[in-house]
Amino acid sequence: MGNKGVNPAQALALALIVAPTLAGLGVTLAAAFGYLPALGSAAFSLDPWRRLLAEPGLWASVRLTLGVGLASTAISLALALALLARRAPGGWALAALLASPHSAIAVGLAFLLAPSGWLARLASPWATGWNAPPDLALVGDANGLALTLGLIVKETPFLLAVGAAARAQFPAQAELRAARALGHGPGRAFAFIVAPQLYRRIRLPVFAVLAYGLGNVDMALPLAPSHPAPLAVLALHWLLSPDLDDLFVGEAAAALQLGLTLAAAVAWFGAEHGVGALGRALARRGARGFWLDAALAAGAWAGVATLALGFASLAGMIVWAFAWRWPFPLALPQSWTLALAIRESGRLAGPLATTAALGAATSLASLSLAVAWLESEQRGGQRARVGAVCLPLLAPQIAFLFGMQTVLAWTRLDGTLAAVAWAHLLFVFPYVLLALADPYRALDSRYARAAAALGVGPNAALWRVKLPLLRAPLTLAFAIGFAVSAAQYLATLFAGGGRVATLTTEALALAGGGDRRMSALVGLSQTAAPLAVWLAALAAARR
Amino acid sequence: MSGLTVEAVTFAVGGRTLVRELSFRVADGAALSILGPSGSGKSALLAFVGGHLERVFAARGRVWLGARDVTGLAPERRGIGLMFQDDLLFPHLSVGDNVAFGLDAGVRSRAARGEAVAQALREAGLEGFARRDPATLSGGQRARVALMRSLVAAPKALLLDEPFGKLDAPLRRDMRSFVFDHARRRALPVVLVTHDPADADAAGGEILQLGTPP
Repeated sequence: MGNKGVNPAQALALALIVAPTLAGLGVTLAAAFGYLPALGSAAFSLDPWRRLLAEPGLWASVRLTLGVGLASTAISLALALALLARRAPGGWALAALLASPHSAIAVGLAFLLAPSGWLARLASPWATGWNAPPDLALVGDANGLALTLGLIVKETPFLLAVGAAARAQFPAQAELRAARALGHGPGRAFAFIVAPQLYRRIRLPVFAVLAYGLGNVDMALPLAPSHPAPLAVLALHWLLSPDLDDLFVGEAAAALQLGLTLAAAVAWFGAEHGVGALGRALARRGARGFWLDAALAAGAWAGVATLALGFASLAGMIVWAFAWRWPFPLALPQSWTLALAIRESGRLAGPLATTAALGAATSLASLSLAVAWLESEQRGGQRARVGAVCLPLLAPQIAFLFGMQTVLAWTRLDGTLAAVAWAHLLFVFPYVLLALADPYRALDSRYARAAAALGVGPNAALWRVKLPLLRAPLTLAFAIGFAVSAAQYLATLFAGGGRVATLTTEALALAGGGDRRMSALVGLSQTAAPLAVWLAALAAARR
Repeated sequence: MSGLTVEAVTFAVGGRTLVRELSFRVADGAALSILGPSGSGKSALLAFVGGHLERVFAARGRVWLGARDVTGLAPERRGIGLMFQDDLLFPHLSVGDNVAFGLDAGVRSRAARGEAVAQALREAGLEGFARRDPATLSGGQRARVALMRSLVAAPKALLLDEPFGKLDAPLRRDMRSFVFDHARRRALPVVLVTHDPADADAAGGEILQLGTPP
């Protein structure tokens, strides 16, 4: 037939994932120039940009955004690589950090870092002399250090997990041995031989981490400074303002966010080339120094400390959620209570059910679509590029989700659970496809051929041979999809028109307020739901 | 005193002793072939000599290079080259950079290093291949580059772990003489692990048969 392009499953995926993303980006760009017929504005103008550029503190906000995004990505990558140079911790150990929504980690970390938080308590009064919480801005500092740290705590385990999967795709261990037999220490052997091949395989997740670090609001709301706020947070405030003029300024800010993301990606490309050329030049020089061993060991310890900080953030929330009397500077509460949990469990039941329903529905839909994609790819004998459907992970959320909402409003779908599910699908499907693609493609094709030789048709072979063989990756992909869905904030907020409440929207609604126990309780249930699914998947995959 | 000496090696995996009190000595320019079925511990023995043995093996014994006891040293400090069944050319580096990564750090200037790499490639019959991607080379070419990469690191001994196992028969003959000629010319003691007696014949030295596993 000469049909070299797209098969039906891929066409459907592109229509469901890429089309709304592009439409959303288009609406945002048009609205940034004043054109939004749905709101009765059918003329282009530069007013939104004029107002945006006149905003005091805009450039501080831009600097903050770029600094946090680039630094958190570079440091997370360095820590993950340093951990991968060692025997990195596996699936069970990382599950809690991987499954937790970003915002839950952010809330937990804010508790740790707060003046009355665990870190201050553990160091008081013996080291600090504080008998009362100090008057310090440890969270929301003007340089965005708390936000950078939060992103590092969440993204290091993610890059570690994708890196560990990538390391299994080439003979890393044997190459390390070969390099060491040439006289290179383990640090040089890893840095010059394994790391470049590893990095090449995780570039897409790294760029997703970069885009998220630049454009997230769910970690920024609990951790970032408010004056100046990161650009995406500024944009969000304008987009949620009841004043119509503000909306256009917000779209201009969202368009600027898109520009910043592109600029940062270009800078990252440049850095990739520079580091690659430098690495090859150093490899060619063949020096046998051993300082890299020390550097990687130090990096691995920093990585372990980062993971520990993530676990401490989660553990801190457990303590806060059930603390009753807890005077400063005691490290643990004097008395505990279940009263709040019992009183509020009714209020949380609705959002929990919505979270679970959205997670299950979007993960199942994504799994079906991903299997259809990969199966048709195998039958067609042609590998499709996964890159295009990852567009929602690589573009700033603020730059297309609001635009997508206006499209949904036009089709009268906005504010429904279905609309929210669709918005979640933009993020769930790429992750599910990425999680499933390698195991699916690696599945020995002789199984299917053996089945065919026994007279089993391709569909029956799919159901009776392939899918049972792929049970472990399928269940894990489901858990990943569920966790991705549970973490979505902007997608829920915009597509739901503020009328669909999940645990994550509840958590961020509480983030600004002072009710720490309630925040902890919501953060805890936010983590517990995807983690339960994740652990069940790991257990099921083992059997 | 020179050559490679292995003294009273004993190792076990999972409580099963694979090699007991094994000693041998290989003179400079000579070769020792170790034959045995898979599971007899011959590859593990080689890994022990090179310092690459994984911790699941409980091993004992000493390794000497000349008068130097290298037993406690990390593999990168032993000066013992190692070649595997897979050539393990690093796919992200060009052919020349693969060799340069191995080249002894004692060759310092850029010009001298470039010349040393070019010379090594000439010896492998691959003149002008420096900028090529290893993926564009044939199996035999890759194996020759891998050997040159090991040799330019100026090792004091060479270990070969089934290095011809993946080559087809005519290529295997050429590669055998290529490897052993180079090793003899550099007066390296060579230990070869194989299950193919023809490899041992080509090596031309002593033969050590490891026992069959129970």
